[in-house]
Amino acid sequence: MSGAEGIGASVRRKEDRRFLLGKGRYTDDIVLPDQSYAVFVRSPYAHAGITSIDTRAACEMPGVLAVLTGKDTVDAGLGGVPCGWLVKNKDGSNMVEPPHPSLAVDVARHVGDPVAMVIATSKAAARAAATAVAVDYDVRPAAGNLDTATAPGAPLVWDAAPGNICFDWHIGDPATTDAAFAKAAHVVEIELTNSRVAPNAMEPRAANGHFEASNDQYTLYTTSQNPHLTRLLLAAFTLHVPEHKLRVVAPDVGGGFGSKIFHYAEELLVLWASKKVGRPVKWTSERMEAFVTDAHGRDHHSKAQLAVDANGKFIGLRVATLANMGAYLSTFAPAVPTYLYATLLSGPYDFPAIYAEVKAIFTNTVAVDAYRGAGRPEAAYLLERLVDKAARQLGIDRIELRRKNLIQPSQFPYQTQVALQYDIGDYQATLDMALERNDHAHYEQRRQASAKRGKLRGFGISTYIEACGIAPSALVGALGARAGLYEAANVRVHPTGSVTVFTGTHSHGQGHETTFAQLIAERLGVSIQNVEIVHGDTDRIPFGMGTYGSRSAAVGGSAIVKALDKIVDKGKKIAAHLLEASVADIEFKDGQYRVVGTDRVKAFGEVAFAAYVPHNYPIDTVEPGLDESAFYDPKNFTFPGGTHLVEVEIDPDTGVVEVVDVTIADDVGVIINPMIVDGQAHGGLAQGIGQALYEEAVYDSEGQLANDSYLTYTMPRAADLPMFKVGNHVTACTHNPLGVKGVGETGAIGVPPAVIGAVLDALAPLGVTDISMPATPEKVWRAIQAAKAATGKKA
Amino acid sequence: MPKLTLRVNRQTHTIDCSASTLLVEALREQLRLTGTHVGCDTSQCGACTVHVDGASVKSCTMLAVEAEGAEITTIEGLADGDKLHPMQAAFQEHHGLQCGFCTPGMVMSAVDLCKRVKAPSEPEVRTWLEGNLCRCTGYHNIVKAVMAGADGMNGGKP
Amino acid sequence: MKDFVFHRPSTVAEAVAMLKARDDGKFLAGGQSLLPVLKLELAEPTDVISLAGVPGLRDIRVDGDRVIIGASCTHDQVARSAEVKAHLPALAALAHHIGDAQVRNRGTIGGSVAHADPAADYPAALIALGATIKTDRRTIAADDFFTGLFATALERDELIVAVHFPKATRAAYAKFAHRASKYAVVGVMVAETAAGVRVAVTGAAGVVFRVPAMEAALSKAFSASSLDGITVATDDLNSDSEASAEYRAHLIGVMAKRAVQACA
Repeated sequence: MSGAEGIGASVRRKEDRRFLLGKGRYTDDIVLPDQSYAVFVRSPYAHAGITSIDTRAACEMPGVLAVLTGKDTVDAGLGGVPCGWLVKNKDGSNMVEPPHPSLAVDVARHVGDPVAMVIATSKAAARAAATAVAVDYDVRPAAGNLDTATAPGAPLVWDAAPGNICFDWHIGDPATTDAAFAKAAHVVEIELTNSRVAPNAMEPRAANGHFEASNDQYTLYTTSQNPHLTRLLLAAFTLHVPEHKLRVVAPDVGGGFGSKIFHYAEELLVLWASKKVGRPVKWTSERMEAFVTDAHGRDHHSKAQLAVDANGKFIGLRVATLANMGAYLSTFAPAVPTYLYATLLSGPYDFPAIYAEVKAIFTNTVAVDAYRGAGRPEAAYLLERLVDKAARQLGIDRIELRRKNLIQPSQFPYQTQVALQYDIGDYQATLDMALERNDHAHYEQRRQASAKRGKLRGFGISTYIEACGIAPSALVGALGARAGLYEAANVRVHPTGSVTVFTGTHSHGQGHETTFAQLIAERLGVSIQNVEIVHGDTDRIPFGMGTYGSRSAAVGGSAIVKALDKIVDKGKKIAAHLLEASVADIEFKDGQYRVVGTDRVKAFGEVAFAAYVPHNYPIDTVEPGLDESAFYDPKNFTFPGGTHLVEVEIDPDTGVVEVVDVTIADDVGVIINPMIVDGQAHGGLAQGIGQALYEEAVYDSEGQLANDSYLTYTMPRAADLPMFKVGNHVTACTHNPLGVKGVGETGAIGVPPAVIGAVLDALAPLGVTDISMPATPEKVWRAIQAAKAATGKKA
Repeated sequence: MPKLTLRVNRQTHTIDCSASTLLVEALREQLRLTGTHVGCDTSQCGACTVHVDGASVKSCTMLAVEAEGAEITTIEGLADGDKLHPMQAAFQEHHGLQCGFCTPGMVMSAVDLCKRVKAPSEPEVRTWLEGNLCRCTGYHNIVKAVMAGADGMNGGKP
Repeated sequence: MKDFVFHRPSTVAEAVAMLKARDDGKFLAGGQSLLPVLKLELAEPTDVISLAGVPGLRDIRVDGDRVIIGASCTHDQVARSAEVKAHLPALAALAHHIGDAQVRNRGTIGGSVAHADPAADYPAALIALGATIKTDRRTIAADDFFTGLFATALERDELIVAVHFPKATRAAYAKFAHRASKYAVVGVMVAETAAGVRVAVTGAAGVVFRVPAMEAALSKAFSASSLDGITVATDDLNSDSEASAEYRAHLIGVMAKRAVQACA
């Protein structure tokens, strides 16, 4: 097809209408008969023994149905919240996997740790009663952030984890890396922090649990990116109810960015409590509650060294990273700073030797897990900052140094020194494209024009790569994942030719209802108006692993294609019968089965009808019906990459940084809907610029979150961002049927180092050489003052 | 509980409502107009924006009783039957929404702007939207949509 | 939010009497300061007395050398008022940058001034222009009005009915906004009125304050360069995650100069 609705068309989104009319159905919009409401009592301390909990006053307040504590969960035999990925220490031993009770039992380990759950007939009654729950805390010293947790004699989050070390892991070859450094002409060193950010999907998390006694059936409505995974964890680990008695529905979900992948305690607790009180129980997070309960992202401290030969060629990389895990291990937490981070440290560069060590650290903070990019932004930021520093130290232009070291198109498939094999890419093409679209040749004129207006202009560049489409099940299993990472699809062709697709991925802004419908239009010639994409309900969809890591098109789309192949093949047999031809002579094209080389055709709709009304039908060899399922397990990760260019203007009087130009050229593989792909890039860029300039979740040494609301945590606003110039250069992924790679995270990965690179470029003439994220006005101003003072001293 | 009469989307409703009920609570929980969303608790995100006598207001920062006697319009009341309001149409045409959560507030805020300024510039749109947070779009397509929506509201093509 | 009794008085006298009769009542104007406070349960009044039905508080008029703004005028109304734009354009501009559009549509000058948030914008204008606050019972000079953090000279049951601003020969407000909250990290209003030049700073300390050294320098020569070398001591300045006292002190200098330049 490839027409107005097929692959490559910017089809306007089917899902928009309901959202624009206010008819979206998000979890908090759902009110069940006899609905009751839960409010959690949460620890105000980062680390405290729970000496006693007196619930009597709360229990007697009007409308209160129950007040539940950690002891009740223990008595009920509820399981702790599991971690879904375990990694091994350097010596092969297991990492420390501490318990994660759904309600804290003896000890609260971070601000926001839930200690009691109040259920009442109204939200107001639950809120009022929550304030009447009397908890006695024995406040303990806290390991409030990475610095305090790794200091000698630091308070321990877990007795079982000396030094607060969760694991001490490594990858790469230390011997070859040492050898490379021994012969290096230059060694460039950097030490930096990748800041901690709060994900802040605009829809706060919510969960509504409903136990129906008549059939022992549990239903959970939840803000999830992967309802099947949540059901799996509920069944196997936490609620201990078999899957056939458990339905998990993730209706419209208002953004996730990783934070809604994980199985959270509240999901388990509302189901359990529903059985106890005999009514559905709904909890909706408040924003300030979200800041201390949603898993955060990033929070690394790294040291790295780059070995460069006399010709400016990279010959070795050494990295040592401390990664904050928080107090408890969230679902994918150990995978993020290991297999999603250190495996990407080769970036788009040809590195003959790499060795990386990662120590994961427990702190008395909320969990840290995957946030848009998950590990890959940390790798790109470290590497790109290091390459920039190398360029400055060696006196080579930043662009030229990159060109010299990028993997050449002829080198694919390219085996890195950190386990991954890149199938395809053309990093020179995206670099050239970005420079051309940014009109980099005239940058100097722009810089001078800025200077005339009293502004310091800076240019930043990042050439980055990421790994998406997570992931081959056998591979991730060998690396410690407790789940497979395939995807499932069911394509149901109805008798009159319309189509319903049941996909295991989940759309919470990505536009699957349109993109996946385009696959059907492309392959079957059915208009997208006659295609329905169903997702987010474990009772309707065969199975699924959900949406994260930019995997939906690459893995979920491929599963749909596999199911479509089966549909087309079965249709051929039916058409051959109807056309009285051999199956080998039937071709399917543009929605028609045709006897090759003739004008004898059967429309797809006619074949579908015959499948369901099999009067004239090859009934001995072909079953009636046209309904096929497929599971697709990817053969490899996909490797999107590209070049991000940023120009900033700095007001030297105030330190305010304004992003004045963002030009990117990405290679995300084959593009199904360019409009949606561009939109994904925009959103990622905003979050990347947010991290670079605006956002930071700051825990003090006591484990108190300094900025826990929108009054203090700076979310990027419309006036903070420019229009983005987004371009794409396509090399098709070689190992999935669509040739797609994934676009959800590119912006968040590629742009932060380009922003900081631009800030440092602008400040370089003043002598500033380092600044950390976020580059706030005060930080920039202070860097300028410090540089001026240093220059003054020298002079 | 006190009775309250609210005029919402050209219809009159009488509800039982305590004095401390926020307008957004009355809309969502009692009138079941769930298109108006709550994204924060400090009056910053703007997902709850509705029109009170034509002006955009955060319905999380107004008591329901304060709205008595006023003409309230929510996202559900913006379209003309099945026909999208030009601003809604522009948001679809320009991909000004992804997850849809901030969208109702964004659209209501944008309509207020474009009633005041017939052809707002890009900076005017960006500044006006200071009271509305979006986490998905990077605002790029929202800004395009609002400028196109302004055209649409003034008889042009959205 | 704790429940309360809601009242709708129809005159100033009735409103004041209602509050007087209650131990813990609050006046409600636009609610953009009060409701966030109530939502976080930082205050739990038993009675809320709405001023929406009180007539005569929403007028803006010019009376000789004064611009008189009714207490219930919204920020948006002030920003768009032809009278304010004509006679005190700096005040219209200040109002146009308070909070965001939705806040400006509800929030009122009387409410903001009575709340006395140390990072609000209006206090800088009231002090720099030498405004007077007209209440139900007296007139208070702005200089005597803001007494501390969220504290004013108002008696418990006293109600602001209008703010009287002298016209200025020149005035401008420069604000360095908090990036998250949009309140002033530092806001400087520079104004020249019949009473002389004043420089008032909001956002930087627990209460709005003047900078006499800058006023003296500008009185001699009204130009940005007159402010060179004038610093504000950091001792009483706020320090928080957005800006340290030292940075705020620096910003006061920068914003003051920008305000002076904008006056020209």
